[in-house]
Amino acid sequence: MSISLKIEFGGGLELLFSNQRSHKISIPSEVTSKDGTTKPVDLSYLIFWLRDNLLKEREALFIENGTVRPGILVLVNDADWELEGEGDYVLKDGDEIVFISTLHGG
Amino acid sequence: MAHRLCVLCETSKAIVKRPKTGQQICKECFFNVFETEVHNTISQASLFKPGDRVAIGASGGKDSTVLAYVMKTLNDRYNYGLNLFLLSIDEGITGYRDDSLETVKRNQEQYDMPLKILSYDELYGWTMDSIVQQIGKKNNCTFCGVFRRQALDRGAAMLNVDHIVTGHNADDIAETVLMNIMRGDIARLGRCTMICTQGEDTIKRSKPFKYAYEKEIVMYAYFKKLDYFSTECIYSPEAYRGHARAFLKDLEAARPSAIIDIIHSGEAFEIKEDIKATQKVQQTCKRCGYMSSNELCKACTLLEGLERGMANAGITDRARKKMDAEGPTPQNIRTIPFFQTSTRPGSPQPNNVENPQVTS
Repeated sequence: MSISLKIEFGGGLELLFSNQRSHKISIPSEVTSKDGTTKPVDLSYLIFWLRDNLLKEREALFIENGTVRPGILVLVNDADWELEGEGDYVLKDGDEIVFISTLHGG
Repeated sequence: MAHRLCVLCETSKAIVKRPKTGQQICKECFFNVFETEVHNTISQASLFKPGDRVAIGASGGKDSTVLAYVMKTLNDRYNYGLNLFLLSIDEGITGYRDDSLETVKRNQEQYDMPLKILSYDELYGWTMDSIVQQIGKKNNCTFCGVFRRQALDRGAAMLNVDHIVTGHNADDIAETVLMNIMRGDIARLGRCTMICTQGEDTIKRSKPFKYAYEKEIVMYAYFKKLDYFSTECIYSPEAYRGHARAFLKDLEAARPSAIIDIIHSGEAFEIKEDIKATQKVQQTCKRCGYMSSNELCKACTLLEGLERGMANAGITDRARKKMDAEGPTPQNIRTIPFFQTSTRPGSPQPNNVENPQVTS
Protein backbone atom coordinates (compact mmCIF):
# COMPACT_ATOMS: atom_id res chain seq x y z
CA MET A 1 0.00 0.00 0.00
CA SER A 2 1.23 3.46 -0.79
CA ILE A 3 -0.04 7.02 -0.67
CA SER A 4 0.48 9.90 -3.11
CA LEU A 5 1.55 13.30 -1.90
CA LYS A 6 2.18 16.66 -3.50
CA ILE A 7 5.31 18.35 -2.18
CA GLU A 8 6.14 22.04 -2.72
CA PHE A 9 9.37 23.84 -1.85
CA GLY A 10 9.65 27.60 -1.62
CA GLY A 11 11.66 30.51 -0.28
CA GLY A 12 14.86 29.13 -1.80
CA LEU A 13 14.55 25.57 -0.44
CA GLU A 14 13.83 24.33 -3.96
CA LEU A 15 17.52 24.94 -4.70
CA LEU A 16 18.33 21.89 -2.58
CA PHE A 17 15.84 19.80 -4.53
CA SER A 18 17.03 20.02 -8.15
CA ASN A 19 15.67 23.58 -8.32
CA GLN A 20 12.21 22.10 -8.76
CA ARG A 21 9.43 23.60 -6.69
CA SER A 22 6.74 20.99 -7.13
CA HIS A 23 7.09 17.23 -6.76
CA LYS A 24 4.56 14.41 -6.87
CA ILE A 25 5.68 11.44 -4.81
CA SER A 26 4.45 8.10 -3.66
CA ILE A 27 5.52 6.67 -0.31
CA PRO A 28 4.50 3.57 1.67
CA SER A 29 1.44 4.11 3.83
CA GLU A 30 2.95 2.18 6.73
CA VAL A 31 6.40 1.65 8.09
CA THR A 32 7.80 -1.08 10.28
CA SER A 33 9.78 0.17 13.21
CA LYS A 34 12.73 -1.59 14.89
CA ASP A 35 10.55 -3.52 17.35
CA GLY A 36 8.57 -5.04 14.48
CA THR A 37 5.37 -3.04 14.95
CA THR A 38 3.94 -1.19 12.00
CA LYS A 39 2.56 2.31 12.10
CA PRO A 40 1.15 4.74 9.54
CA VAL A 41 3.65 7.19 8.04
CA ASP A 42 3.89 10.60 9.60
CA LEU A 43 5.50 13.92 8.67
CA SER A 44 8.73 13.05 10.47
CA TYR A 45 9.05 9.99 8.26
CA LEU A 46 8.39 12.15 5.19
CA ILE A 47 11.15 14.61 6.11
CA PHE A 48 13.71 11.79 6.18
CA TRP A 49 12.23 10.23 3.06
CA LEU A 50 12.71 13.54 1.24
CA ARG A 51 16.28 13.72 2.46
CA ASP A 52 17.01 10.20 1.23
CA ASN A 53 15.15 10.40 -2.06
CA LEU A 54 14.85 13.96 -3.33
CA LEU A 55 17.46 16.12 -1.59
CA LYS A 56 20.42 16.81 -3.84
CA GLU A 57 22.71 18.97 -1.71
CA ARG A 58 23.45 20.57 1.64
CA GLU A 59 21.40 18.37 3.93
CA ALA A 60 22.22 20.63 6.89
CA LEU A 61 20.12 23.38 5.35
CA PHE A 62 17.06 21.10 5.47
CA ILE A 63 17.38 18.86 8.52
CA GLU A 64 18.70 19.63 11.99
CA ASN A 65 18.31 17.57 15.17
CA GLY A 66 15.87 15.14 13.65
CA THR A 67 13.45 17.67 12.20
CA VAL A 68 13.40 20.50 9.67
CA ARG A 69 15.90 23.21 10.38
CA PRO A 70 14.52 26.07 12.48
CA GLY A 71 13.34 28.81 10.13
CA ILE A 72 11.67 26.43 7.69
CA LEU A 73 7.88 26.73 7.67
CA VAL A 74 5.82 23.64 6.99
CA LEU A 75 2.21 23.68 5.82
CA VAL A 76 -0.11 20.70 5.69
CA ASN A 77 -2.93 21.27 3.20
CA ASP A 78 -2.33 25.01 3.59
CA ALA A 79 -2.35 25.01 7.38
CA ASP A 80 0.61 25.67 9.68
CA TRP A 81 1.96 22.27 10.75
CA GLU A 82 2.15 23.58 14.33
CA LEU A 83 -1.64 23.19 14.32
CA GLU A 84 -1.46 19.65 12.98
CA GLY A 85 0.89 18.01 15.44
CA GLU A 86 4.08 18.80 13.51
CA GLY A 87 6.14 15.64 12.92
CA ASP A 88 3.44 13.41 14.43
CA TYR A 89 0.89 14.37 11.77
CA VAL A 90 -0.27 11.16 10.07
CA LEU A 91 -0.13 11.54 6.31
CA LYS A 92 -3.15 10.81 4.13
CA ASP A 93 -3.39 10.04 0.45
CA GLY A 94 -3.57 13.29 -1.54
CA ASP A 95 -2.07 15.53 1.17
CA GLU A 96 -0.20 18.60 0.01
CA ILE A 97 2.88 19.46 2.07
CA VAL A 98 4.70 22.78 1.59
CA PHE A 99 8.17 23.63 2.92
CA ILE A 100 9.23 27.29 2.83
CA SER A 101 12.56 28.65 3.96
CA THR A 102 12.38 32.00 5.74
CA LEU A 103 16.12 32.37 5.83
CA HIS A 104 16.74 34.35 2.67
CA GLY A 105 17.16 38.08 2.45
CA GLY A 106 14.41 40.55 2.10
CA MET B 1 -7.52 15.41 13.94
CA ALA B 2 -10.55 17.67 14.16
CA HIS B 3 -9.95 21.10 12.73
CA ARG B 4 -9.63 23.82 15.30
CA LEU B 5 -11.59 27.00 14.86
CA CYS B 6 -10.04 30.45 14.76
CA VAL B 7 -9.92 31.89 18.30
CA LEU B 8 -10.81 35.34 16.97
CA CYS B 9 -13.84 34.84 14.71
CA GLU B 10 -14.75 31.38 16.01
CA THR B 11 -16.19 30.46 12.64
CA SER B 12 -13.39 29.58 10.21
CA LYS B 13 -10.72 26.92 10.36
CA ALA B 14 -7.46 28.03 12.01
CA ILE B 15 -4.55 27.90 9.56
CA VAL B 16 -1.72 29.63 11.39
CA LYS B 17 -0.35 29.63 14.90
CA ARG B 18 0.93 33.10 15.75
CA PRO B 19 4.46 32.93 17.16
CA LYS B 20 3.99 36.12 19.15
CA THR B 21 0.88 35.03 21.03
CA GLY B 22 0.37 31.32 20.35
CA GLN B 23 -3.12 32.13 19.02
CA GLN B 24 -4.56 29.86 16.37
CA ILE B 25 -6.30 31.94 13.73
CA CYS B 26 -7.90 31.68 10.30
CA LYS B 27 -6.62 33.19 7.08
CA GLU B 28 -8.86 36.28 7.05
CA CYS B 29 -8.20 37.07 10.71
CA PHE B 30 -4.49 36.56 10.11
CA PHE B 31 -4.45 39.12 7.28
CA ASN B 32 -6.43 41.44 9.46
CA VAL B 33 -4.27 41.22 12.60
CA PHE B 34 -1.02 41.36 10.64
CA GLU B 35 -2.06 44.51 8.78
CA THR B 36 -3.60 46.10 11.86
CA GLU B 37 -0.46 45.55 13.93
CA VAL B 38 1.67 47.22 11.26
CA HIS B 39 -0.82 50.09 11.17
CA ASN B 40 -0.60 50.38 14.96
CA THR B 41 3.21 50.41 14.79
CA ILE B 42 3.03 53.20 12.21
CA SER B 43 0.43 55.28 14.01
CA GLN B 44 1.86 54.88 17.52
CA ALA B 45 5.24 56.11 16.29
CA SER B 46 3.57 58.86 14.18
CA LEU B 47 5.84 57.87 11.32
CA PHE B 48 4.09 59.77 8.55
CA LYS B 49 1.91 62.77 7.89
CA PRO B 50 -0.43 63.37 4.97
CA GLY B 51 1.35 64.39 1.79
CA ASP B 52 4.63 62.67 2.74
CA ARG B 53 6.60 61.18 -0.11
CA VAL B 54 7.77 57.75 1.00
CA ALA B 55 10.24 55.46 -0.75
CA ILE B 56 10.03 51.75 -0.05
CA GLY B 57 13.50 50.21 -0.17
CA ALA B 58 12.69 47.29 -2.47
CA SER B 59 14.99 44.37 -3.13
CA GLY B 60 12.44 41.97 -4.58
CA GLY B 61 12.83 39.75 -1.50
CA LYS B 62 10.03 38.66 0.81
CA ASP B 63 10.24 41.45 3.38
CA SER B 64 10.26 44.40 1.01
CA THR B 65 7.68 42.82 -1.28
CA VAL B 66 5.29 42.30 1.63
CA LEU B 67 6.12 45.81 2.88
CA ALA B 68 5.22 47.38 -0.47
CA TYR B 69 1.94 45.46 -0.56
CA VAL B 70 1.03 46.30 3.05
CA MET B 71 2.03 49.97 2.73
CA LYS B 72 -0.20 50.29 -0.30
CA THR B 73 -3.06 48.49 1.48
CA LEU B 74 -2.80 50.64 4.63
CA ASN B 75 -2.34 53.87 2.70
CA ASP B 76 -5.64 53.16 0.91
CA ARG B 77 -7.48 51.78 3.91
CA TYR B 78 -6.56 54.44 6.47
CA ASN B 79 -6.09 57.39 4.10
CA TYR B 80 -2.51 58.07 5.12
CA GLY B 81 -2.29 60.37 2.10
CA LEU B 82 1.22 59.14 1.20
CA ASN B 83 2.87 59.19 -2.19
CA LEU B 84 4.61 55.83 -2.38
CA PHE B 85 7.65 54.98 -4.50
CA LEU B 86 9.77 51.89 -4.96
CA LEU B 87 13.51 52.47 -4.64
CA SER B 88 15.89 49.69 -5.62
CA ILE B 89 19.63 49.55 -5.51
CA ASP B 90 21.39 47.59 -8.22
CA GLU B 91 24.62 46.38 -6.65
CA GLY B 92 25.69 44.83 -9.93
CA ILE B 93 25.66 41.16 -8.97
CA THR B 94 25.08 39.06 -12.06
CA GLY B 95 22.71 36.15 -11.54
CA TYR B 96 21.38 37.60 -8.32
CA ARG B 97 20.41 41.23 -8.29
CA ASP B 98 19.57 41.35 -11.97
CA ASP B 99 17.02 38.58 -11.36
CA SER B 100 15.58 40.12 -8.21
CA LEU B 101 15.20 43.48 -9.97
CA GLU B 102 12.91 41.74 -12.44
CA THR B 103 10.68 40.97 -9.46
CA VAL B 104 10.72 44.62 -8.41
CA LYS B 105 9.78 45.66 -11.94
CA ARG B 106 6.77 43.34 -11.75
CA ASN B 107 5.91 44.81 -8.32
CA GLN B 108 5.95 48.25 -9.94
CA GLU B 109 3.17 47.10 -12.28
CA GLN B 110 1.28 45.09 -9.68
CA TYR B 111 1.25 47.85 -7.06
CA ASP B 112 1.16 50.77 -9.48
CA MET B 113 4.06 52.61 -7.86
CA PRO B 114 6.86 54.53 -9.63
CA LEU B 115 10.19 52.72 -9.44
CA LYS B 116 13.67 54.23 -9.25
CA ILE B 117 16.70 52.01 -9.68
CA LEU B 118 20.11 53.42 -8.71
CA SER B 119 23.17 51.34 -9.47
CA TYR B 120 26.55 51.14 -7.74
CA ASP B 121 28.07 51.44 -11.18
CA GLU B 122 26.35 54.78 -11.74
CA LEU B 123 27.19 56.16 -8.29
CA TYR B 124 30.59 54.65 -7.53
CA GLY B 125 31.87 53.45 -10.89
CA TRP B 126 32.18 49.93 -9.47
CA THR B 127 29.78 46.98 -9.47
CA MET B 128 29.93 44.30 -6.78
CA ASP B 129 31.07 41.91 -9.51
CA SER B 130 34.08 44.13 -10.25
CA ILE B 131 34.76 44.71 -6.53
CA VAL B 132 34.78 40.98 -5.82
CA GLN B 133 37.02 40.49 -8.81
CA GLN B 134 39.55 42.80 -7.19
CA ILE B 135 39.22 41.93 -3.50
CA GLY B 136 37.78 38.41 -3.43
CA LYS B 137 34.84 37.27 -1.34
CA LYS B 138 36.34 38.25 2.00
CA ASN B 139 35.04 41.59 3.33
CA ASN B 140 32.98 42.24 0.22
CA CYS B 141 29.86 42.53 2.41
CA THR B 142 31.47 45.58 4.06
CA PHE B 143 31.65 47.34 0.71
CA CYS B 144 28.15 46.29 -0.22
CA GLY B 145 26.62 47.39 3.10
CA VAL B 146 28.32 50.79 3.21
CA PHE B 147 27.62 51.46 -0.45
CA ARG B 148 23.99 50.38 -0.18
CA ARG B 149 23.18 52.67 2.73
CA GLN B 150 24.55 55.70 0.95
CA ALA B 151 22.97 54.67 -2.36
CA LEU B 152 19.54 54.39 -0.70
CA ASP B 153 19.87 57.90 0.73
CA ARG B 154 21.02 59.29 -2.59
CA GLY B 155 18.28 57.49 -4.50
CA ALA B 156 15.79 58.89 -1.99
CA ALA B 157 17.16 62.41 -2.52
CA MET B 158 16.76 61.96 -6.29
CA LEU B 159 13.12 60.98 -5.72
CA ASN B 160 12.81 63.97 -3.39
CA VAL B 161 11.17 61.86 -0.69
CA ASP B 162 10.75 62.63 3.01
CA HIS B 163 11.10 59.10 4.22
CA ILE B 164 12.57 55.70 3.37
CA VAL B 165 10.91 52.60 4.79
CA THR B 166 12.74 49.28 4.85
CA GLY B 167 11.55 45.72 5.36
CA HIS B 168 13.64 45.00 8.48
CA ASN B 169 11.51 42.65 10.56
CA ALA B 170 11.44 41.65 14.23
CA ASP B 171 13.85 38.76 13.63
CA ASP B 172 16.35 41.10 11.94
CA ILE B 173 16.19 43.56 14.81
CA ALA B 174 16.50 40.89 17.50
CA GLU B 175 19.50 39.51 15.61
CA THR B 176 21.10 42.94 15.51
CA VAL B 177 20.53 43.38 19.25
CA LEU B 178 22.29 40.04 19.86
CA MET B 179 25.15 40.92 17.51
CA ASN B 180 25.69 44.30 19.13
CA ILE B 181 25.74 42.67 22.57
CA MET B 182 28.23 40.05 21.41
CA ARG B 183 30.44 42.73 19.86
CA GLY B 184 30.04 45.07 22.81
CA ASP B 185 28.92 47.83 20.47
CA ILE B 186 27.15 50.07 22.96
CA ALA B 187 26.48 52.92 20.54
CA ARG B 188 24.64 50.74 18.06
CA LEU B 189 22.90 48.75 20.78
CA GLY B 190 21.37 52.00 21.94
CA ARG B 191 19.84 52.86 18.59
CA CYS B 192 19.36 49.58 16.72
CA THR B 193 15.87 49.11 18.13
CA MET B 194 14.71 52.60 17.20
CA ILE B 195 11.87 52.50 14.72
CA CYS B 196 12.98 55.71 13.04
CA THR B 197 16.46 57.09 12.46
CA GLN B 198 17.64 60.22 10.75
CA GLY B 199 19.19 59.71 7.33
CA GLU B 200 20.99 62.21 5.18
CA ASP B 201 19.43 65.67 5.04
CA THR B 202 15.95 65.44 6.46
CA ILE B 203 15.20 62.04 5.00
CA LYS B 204 13.99 59.74 7.75
CA ARG B 205 14.38 55.99 7.73
CA SER B 206 12.05 53.66 9.45
CA LYS B 207 11.05 50.06 9.93
CA PRO B 208 7.28 49.50 9.97
CA PHE B 209 7.87 45.73 10.35
CA LYS B 210 9.88 46.23 13.53
CA TYR B 211 7.45 44.03 15.47
CA ALA B 212 6.48 41.69 12.62
CA TYR B 213 7.81 38.16 12.85
CA GLU B 214 9.57 36.73 9.84
CA LYS B 215 7.34 33.68 10.07
CA GLU B 216 4.25 35.83 9.69
CA ILE B 217 5.75 37.84 6.82
CA VAL B 218 6.49 34.63 4.93
CA MET B 219 3.05 33.19 5.75
CA TYR B 220 1.45 36.44 4.61
CA ALA B 221 3.37 36.35 1.32
CA TYR B 222 2.43 32.70 0.86
CA PHE B 223 -1.30 33.10 1.50
CA LYS B 224 -1.50 36.33 -0.52
CA LYS B 225 0.52 34.62 -3.28
CA LEU B 226 2.84 37.62 -3.50
CA ASP B 227 5.55 37.53 -6.09
CA TYR B 228 8.97 37.60 -4.42
CA PHE B 229 12.50 36.50 -5.12
CA SER B 230 14.36 34.15 -2.82
CA THR B 231 17.91 33.30 -3.65
CA GLU B 232 20.90 33.67 -1.41
CA CYS B 233 23.30 36.37 -2.53
CA ILE B 234 26.14 34.63 -4.34
CA TYR B 235 28.76 36.66 -2.45
CA SER B 236 27.22 36.66 0.99
CA PRO B 237 28.26 34.17 3.59
CA GLU B 238 27.43 36.88 6.19
CA ALA B 239 28.99 34.59 8.73
CA TYR B 240 28.59 36.67 11.84
CA ARG B 241 24.95 37.46 11.24
CA GLY B 242 24.46 33.82 10.26
CA HIS B 243 25.52 32.65 13.73
CA ALA B 244 23.25 35.15 15.45
CA ARG B 245 20.42 34.13 13.15
CA ALA B 246 20.82 30.39 13.76
CA PHE B 247 20.95 31.03 17.51
CA LEU B 248 17.82 33.18 17.36
CA LYS B 249 15.93 30.55 15.35
CA ASP B 250 16.85 27.95 17.98
CA LEU B 251 15.58 30.29 20.69
CA GLU B 252 12.38 30.86 18.76
CA ALA B 253 11.84 27.11 18.40
CA ALA B 254 12.12 26.74 22.19
CA ARG B 255 10.09 29.83 23.03
CA PRO B 256 8.52 31.84 20.20
CA SER B 257 8.18 35.03 22.23
CA ALA B 258 12.00 35.20 22.53
CA ILE B 259 12.24 37.46 19.48
CA ILE B 260 9.91 40.13 20.76
CA ASP B 261 11.41 39.79 24.26
CA ILE B 262 14.90 40.52 22.90
CA ILE B 263 13.62 43.61 21.09
CA HIS B 264 11.97 44.85 24.27
CA SER B 265 15.20 44.24 26.18
CA GLY B 266 17.10 46.20 23.53
CA GLU B 267 14.63 49.06 23.81
CA ALA B 268 15.05 49.13 27.57
CA PHE B 269 18.83 49.62 27.45
CA GLU B 270 19.90 53.02 28.62
CA ILE B 271 23.26 54.54 27.87
CA LYS B 272 24.69 56.84 30.52
CA GLU B 273 25.23 60.43 29.47
CA ASP B 274 28.99 60.31 30.12
CA ILE B 275 29.28 57.29 27.81
CA LYS B 276 27.28 59.07 25.14
CA ALA B 277 29.66 62.02 25.41
CA THR B 278 32.59 59.85 24.30
CA GLN B 279 30.85 58.88 21.07
CA LYS B 280 31.91 60.52 17.86
CA VAL B 281 30.07 63.56 16.66
CA GLN B 282 28.53 63.40 13.21
CA GLN B 283 29.97 65.66 10.53
CA THR B 284 29.80 65.75 6.76
CA CYS B 285 32.35 64.09 4.53
CA LYS B 286 34.71 66.69 3.09
CA ARG B 287 34.83 64.86 -0.22
CA CYS B 288 31.23 63.90 -0.96
CA GLY B 289 29.14 65.77 1.59
CA TYR B 290 27.54 62.64 3.03
CA MET B 291 27.16 62.28 6.80
CA SER B 292 30.24 60.86 8.43
CA SER B 293 31.89 60.37 11.80
CA ASN B 294 35.31 61.13 10.26
CA GLU B 295 36.68 63.69 7.82
CA LEU B 296 36.13 61.19 5.06
CA CYS B 297 33.04 59.00 5.04
CA LYS B 298 33.31 55.25 4.94
CA ALA B 299 32.14 55.01 1.32
CA CYS B 300 34.77 57.50 0.14
CA THR B 301 37.46 55.67 2.09
CA LEU B 302 36.42 52.33 0.61
CA LEU B 303 36.22 53.81 -2.89
CA GLU B 304 39.66 55.40 -2.61
CA GLY B 305 41.08 52.07 -1.49
CA LEU B 306 39.54 50.37 -4.52
CA GLU B 307 40.76 53.04 -6.90
CA ARG B 308 44.30 52.91 -5.55
CA GLY B 309 44.38 49.12 -5.53
CA MET B 310 44.56 49.05 -1.71
CA ALA B 311 41.06 47.82 -0.97
CA ASN B 312 41.79 46.98 2.66
CA ALA B 313 42.33 50.65 3.46
CA GLY B 314 38.67 51.03 4.28
CA ILE B 315 38.60 47.83 6.33
CA THR B 316 41.45 48.04 8.84
CA ASP B 317 43.18 50.96 10.52
CA ARG B 318 46.58 49.51 9.67
CA ALA B 319 45.81 49.35 5.95
CA ARG B 320 44.38 52.87 6.17
CA LYS B 321 47.61 54.20 7.65
CA LYS B 322 49.58 52.36 5.01
CA MET B 323 47.57 54.03 2.26
CA ASP B 324 47.99 57.44 3.88
CA ALA B 325 51.75 56.79 4.05
CA GLU B 326 51.79 56.07 0.31
CA GLY B 327 51.12 59.72 -0.26
CA PRO B 328 48.14 62.03 -0.76
CA THR B 329 45.04 61.04 -2.65
CA PRO B 330 45.76 61.19 -6.38
CA GLN B 331 43.75 63.78 -8.26
CA ASN B 332 42.61 61.45 -11.00
CA ILE B 333 40.75 58.84 -8.97
CA ARG B 334 37.01 58.39 -9.23
CA THR B 335 35.03 59.96 -6.40
CA ILE B 336 31.38 59.98 -5.40
CA PRO B 337 29.42 62.97 -6.75
CA PHE B 338 28.89 65.62 -4.09
CA PHE B 339 25.68 65.06 -2.14
CA GLN B 340 23.03 67.62 -3.00
CA THR B 341 20.76 68.18 -0.06
CA SER B 342 17.20 68.75 -1.06
CA THR B 343 15.98 72.30 -0.63
CA ARG B 344 12.30 71.62 -0.83
CA PRO B 345 10.53 74.38 1.10
CA GLY B 346 8.64 73.46 4.19
CA SER B 347 10.67 70.36 4.95
CA PRO B 348 10.05 69.73 8.61
CA GLN B 349 12.85 69.32 11.08
CA PRO B 350 12.19 65.89 12.51
CA ASN B 351 12.65 65.24 16.18
CA ASN B 352 13.30 62.17 18.26
CA VAL B 353 15.61 60.74 15.67
CA GLU B 354 19.29 59.97 15.75
CA ASN B 355 21.96 59.37 13.21
CA PRO B 356 21.99 55.88 11.79
CA GLN B 357 24.90 53.58 11.21
CA VAL B 358 25.62 50.90 8.70
CA THR B 359 24.54 48.08 10.99
CA SER B 360 20.93 48.71 11.65
